[in-house]
Amino acid sequence: MVKQKIENCSEQELKDLLKEVQAEHQKLVMAEAEVKEESLRQKYHQQVLANEEQGKYIQQQLGKLYQEKAASVQPKALLMRNIARAFLVGGLICTFGQIVLNFVMLKFGLETREAAGIVSVTVVVITSILTGFGIYDEIGRFGGAGCTVPISGFANSIVSAAMEFRREGLVYGVGAKIFTIAGPVILYGTIASIVVGIIYYLVG
Amino acid sequence: MGKRIGRQTLQFTEEITIRSFATVVGRKEAEGPLGPFYDYVFPDNLFGEDSWEKAEQKLQQYAVELALEKVKLEAQQLDYYLGGDLLNQIIATSYTARKIGVPFFGLYGACSSLVEAMILGSCLIDGGFADLLVACASSHHETAERQLRYPTEMGVQRTPTSQWTVTGSGAYLLGKHTGDWKITHAVPGKIIDREIKNNADMGSAMAAAAADTIITFAADTGMINQIDYVVTGDLGIVGYKLCQCLLQEKGIDLGERYSDCGMAVYHAEQQDVHAGGSGCGCSAIVLGTRYLTQLLKKKGEKLFLVGTGALLSPTTNLQGDSIPGIGHGILIEKV
Amino acid sequence: MLEGIAAAFIVGGIICVLAQIFIELTPYKITPGHILVFYVVTGTFISGLGWYQPLIDFAGAGATLPLSGFGHILAQGVIEAVDEEGLKGIFTGGLSAASMGITVALMMGVVMSLIFKPKG
Repeated sequence: MVKQKIENCSEQELKDLLKEVQAEHQKLVMAEAEVKEESLRQKYHQQVLANEEQGKYIQQQLGKLYQEKAASVQPKALLMRNIARAFLVGGLICTFGQIVLNFVMLKFGLETREAAGIVSVTVVVITSILTGFGIYDEIGRFGGAGCTVPISGFANSIVSAAMEFRREGLVYGVGAKIFTIAGPVILYGTIASIVVGIIYYLVG
Repeated sequence: MGKRIGRQTLQFTEEITIRSFATVVGRKEAEGPLGPFYDYVFPDNLFGEDSWEKAEQKLQQYAVELALEKVKLEAQQLDYYLGGDLLNQIIATSYTARKIGVPFFGLYGACSSLVEAMILGSCLIDGGFADLLVACASSHHETAERQLRYPTEMGVQRTPTSQWTVTGSGAYLLGKHTGDWKITHAVPGKIIDREIKNNADMGSAMAAAAADTIITFAADTGMINQIDYVVTGDLGIVGYKLCQCLLQEKGIDLGERYSDCGMAVYHAEQQDVHAGGSGCGCSAIVLGTRYLTQLLKKKGEKLFLVGTGALLSPTTNLQGDSIPGIGHGILIEKV
Repeated sequence: MLEGIAAAFIVGGIICVLAQIFIELTPYKITPGHILVFYVVTGTFISGLGWYQPLIDFAGAGATLPLSGFGHILAQGVIEAVDEEGLKGIFTGGLSAASMGITVALMMGVVMSLIFKPKG
């Protein structure tokens, strides 16, 4: 069966076709099983694989037809609303950070870079406490990416995972699951820094 | 005997009855539209236990005990216990079965578990292997979240197609001859997989299977026009609309007669549940509380319930495989 | 005390909005984890090119708090370490610079898990 023909089939035709392919598969497998000679076996096996490929393709085609229907009843994404919320919440977190930054720089006479580190730590600590009290997940549900992207989202993912899996013990619970989301961030951040380092070493 | 009609439909010859049922829910469900009608409401999601998994076990146990107590029977009189839930290795059900201490079949049909249990239970009774058994299913919002999605305290935005797993359990006592409702037909479903891969859109993943079961039932029995209520388990708004579309394509227009448990369990807007409720507990609590009591009002009314299940595995979902859907149908009638 | 907060609000907000648009307009597979990883990696490279510092000069916390700012710390750390230690710095610079944030977050995670139970 050529792919083009399958593409033009109706849903019912595809279903019938799938049954045919299924019935054929069983026969082919038996044929392959019965053959003793290795070269012949290879030949049959190729046929089995081709049959499986075809079945998969029909299945996908059926899925495609279905997904077109599904798309028509999908609720509208609340794009503008979510964007507004992300802007508001993300902006406010950064504004809070900026106020702390100004305060730290003024009070301790630190330069921006060191002060920024203190701001990050402050935000991490506050987020952790909010997560502990079960408040940050509510903010996150409202703010979406506005709550995920700032470092508070990073802290929240660490603390929530640690809390969630405390019941599974300190080693395989807290210890392992704490890195569920933080792990990839740290890992790929580190890899990226190595790449930057290598390039800088060679170029700079 | 002729116990099978057409390709897939079972027709029971014994009069299999639902002798009683009980529903146990959490607080969010009690705040929903059916709130006043549940048998037992747990005040919080831990129920005094030290883990959510234990709490879910308790949900199921209370439901079974209440269902038994309503007709003044004891657990030891049960011939079988059939049940399922969403946890790994359906552990909440196994623990409940451990407490109840009667022969046990643990079933996994995701959110279709209750109807799966009711069908197999009816078969056992019809075959003469049992006189009294309980079919039960439970789900718990937090156990499902932590297992299938994110830690519960993580601030994640939910998409409009996502559904809220119900905290609740329903137990249905099946017997012979005595009881207000009888189970006359059943349609064990086929897996229908239409390559939906989005685990936040279970409604679409299950709608094809639900529609297939309803269409098969219509073709096998020709009775679809005599059914007063056609109910799907937990398709939610998205799946409900899609299923209606699919049925209309085949010339089955149910109109007002078609409804969905997932849409009945919460106030969608105020309770922020997006597309509606889901989980094994969803159809388990709504079937009794809303539909069975509704059936009581008028003699001879018929209800066709399709328990829908998205047989999702987090592992294969991450590997990029699609979500197989299933719909088991059962026909319940007022005696 | 209030200088620069408008810039922080707007730039911080826009960085978050970009992620939101990214989530909404891409297939369902993009999860918060993907977003966080994407921002850290992107931030690292942008900073490596020297384009992130001007943003911080302009927006302060609006640029340091989003996770791209975390990437900036990694990149600047590795660059300085390479300047000081040469080849060895490639492997020590990033994590050393970011160690405070990671350590505090991990510590808070353990502490909170011992104090609080998740409420669901």
